[in-house]
Amino acid sequence: MPALVLAEHDKGRLSEATAKTVTAAAQISDTVHVLVAGQNIASVSAAAAEIQGVARVLAADDARYAHQLAEPLAELILSVASKYDAILAPATATGKSTLPRVAARLDVAQVSEIVAVEAPDTFLRPIYAGNAIQKIQIPSGVKVITVRTSAFKAAPLGGNAIIETVAPAADPGTSRFTSENLSVSLRPELTNARIIVSGGRGMGSKENFILLERIADKMGAGLGASRAAVDAGFVPNDYQVGQTGKIVAPELYIAVGISGAIQHLAGMKDSKIVVAINKDENAPIFGVADYGLVADLFEALPELERALG
Amino acid sequence: MKVLVPVKRVIDFNVAVRVKTDGSGVELANVKMSINPFDEIAVEEALRLKEKGTVTEVVAVSIGPAQASETLRTAMAMGADRGILIRHDGELEPLAVAKILKSVVEEEKPGLVIMGKQAIDDDCNQTGQMLAALLNWPQGTFASKLEIGDGHIQVTREVDGGLQTIDLDMPAIITTDLRLNEPRYASLPNIMKARKKPIAEKTAPECGVDVSPRLKILGVSEPSKRRTGTRVANAGELVTKLREAGVF
Ligand SMILES: Cc1cc2nc3c(=O)[nH]c(=O)nc-3n(C[C@H](O)[C@H](O)[C@H](O)COP(=O)(O)OP(=O)(O)OC[C@H]3O[C@@H](n4cnc5c(N)ncnc54)[C@H](O)[C@@H]3O)c2cc1C
Repeated sequence: MPALVLAEHDKGRLSEATAKTVTAAAQISDTVHVLVAGQNIASVSAAAAEIQGVARVLAADDARYAHQLAEPLAELILSVASKYDAILAPATATGKSTLPRVAARLDVAQVSEIVAVEAPDTFLRPIYAGNAIQKIQIPSGVKVITVRTSAFKAAPLGGNAIIETVAPAADPGTSRFTSENLSVSLRPELTNARIIVSGGRGMGSKENFILLERIADKMGAGLGASRAAVDAGFVPNDYQVGQTGKIVAPELYIAVGISGAIQHLAGMKDSKIVVAINKDENAPIFGVADYGLVADLFEALPELERALG
Repeated sequence: MKVLVPVKRVIDFNVAVRVKTDGSGVELANVKMSINPFDEIAVEEALRLKEKGTVTEVVAVSIGPAQASETLRTAMAMGADRGILIRHDGELEPLAVAKILKSVVEEEKPGLVIMGKQAIDDDCNQTGQMLAALLNWPQGTFASKLEIGDGHIQVTREVDGGLQTIDLDMPAIITTDLRLNEPRYASLPNIMKARKKPIAEKTAPECGVDVSPRLKILGVSEPSKRRTGTRVANAGELVTKLREAGVF
């Protein structure tokens, strides 16, 4: 039986998280379908049909899916679930909210945030903030899985899947969208960025983040932060990298004024190159850094900006 | 209105976790255990609703070994009115926990269940959503703000792009994110008082729930270690090194 991937998309654009989840799904099943649920999603469905390895795109175009609320979305997935022996979603806010509802209703377990497919029924996933790796098997039943997208390469384009319309499922009608307050940024989104510059409590204030922004702009980097920097109100919540924030694995991660608590490391230690700038030479962040600069960030950042030319 | 707050006993967030040499799990012997931090936030939120007068009773429930009663005492020292301990030794999958909680909800009939968005041991992030699905209730996951209205609740959620506000019919399930509140410390008198608060005890079979595992854990291993890095003297040298590494 085929595997179904829940597409992640926003404002008419398919997120790369979808193609990454397709890569994981293709290691579980020979045939992969993608479900696109939303309103006015023609462009998203078309983009999903181009992912190599996708045989079919199911498009559910209806106002009830406009905001990806978990209750109607789970019902939709359940309405097609009997045709699949694996149901996957990227471990995004939507995937994490929706898939456990599907699993519970199918009376099966869910395996969260897999980072590798060892066999079609066996997976690796981090536990304890990435301090241990669990090897876990789904011996029987439908496999319901969320995928840590930073661990999988995006399936390439070049596919040409059939697009099929699916009817919306009954909406429980118990939840309603009210409003949203999304960060607007022209910088690369964290989970897609090739380079991330991240600031911690050491940045001292919201205003000081401009020092990081200048460097991010020179390098074409995304901006991240520690929990402490978010809690202090220096930057919005969606900047948080870590066990309970975003999980990233860019080519280059520059941690500035971040001590390196395990909860932060959990979100970035799979980055290819890690740079730490911290005035405390004993800060744990240096334990995972390829290049460490022991310095006051207020001197080091302007210097770095100049050195970047 | 009554609020039910599930609390889990987990390895303290400050403990350096060690994988057992036989690969069967992580070392739990003689390790400091605490209430799961997200559950502590859930207790705090329930107490604030009670202090505002919206809520009349805060009931904490924990599923776990006998020592999970300490976790309940922590919740009660913060201010929860009473505790329910569902005794179970060994691991439980989120689906089993959700089924047990469903039976507790059916008995207690709370207007709201506030729980942590994830436990920092298995990092599953499933139980609240599963409980909501089993009860056919709406859910407000990753909450950073709650506003209770008449028969409904506004939940501001931390989502990937920022914040989203949704409106849910009650009863509902809420799962907490870090910025919902800052939990209080229990005062000594309240710790003393908590010792006298009642804890009702039950077992999972008494809840009529099949908790047998659906998944098979084949092993637990150490994550791959990063190679040791080097120190650079200044920003100029750093940029040179990064250019050499081909980052830009
Ligand atoms: C349940 C739970 C979940 C969590 N989830 C996350 C998560 O997802 N992500 C996360 O990041 N954290 C998370 N945390 C918090 C984590 O434990 C740490 O508290 C947090 O990461 C610390 O942030 P920080 O490194 O910015 O601050 P601090 O630990 O205070 O470190 C600040 C650093 O800045 C340095 N510094 C200060 N001034 C300067 C200067 N002028 N120049 C250079 N360096 C300077 C200091 O030497 C220090 O090392 C979580 C905690 C809990 C309990």
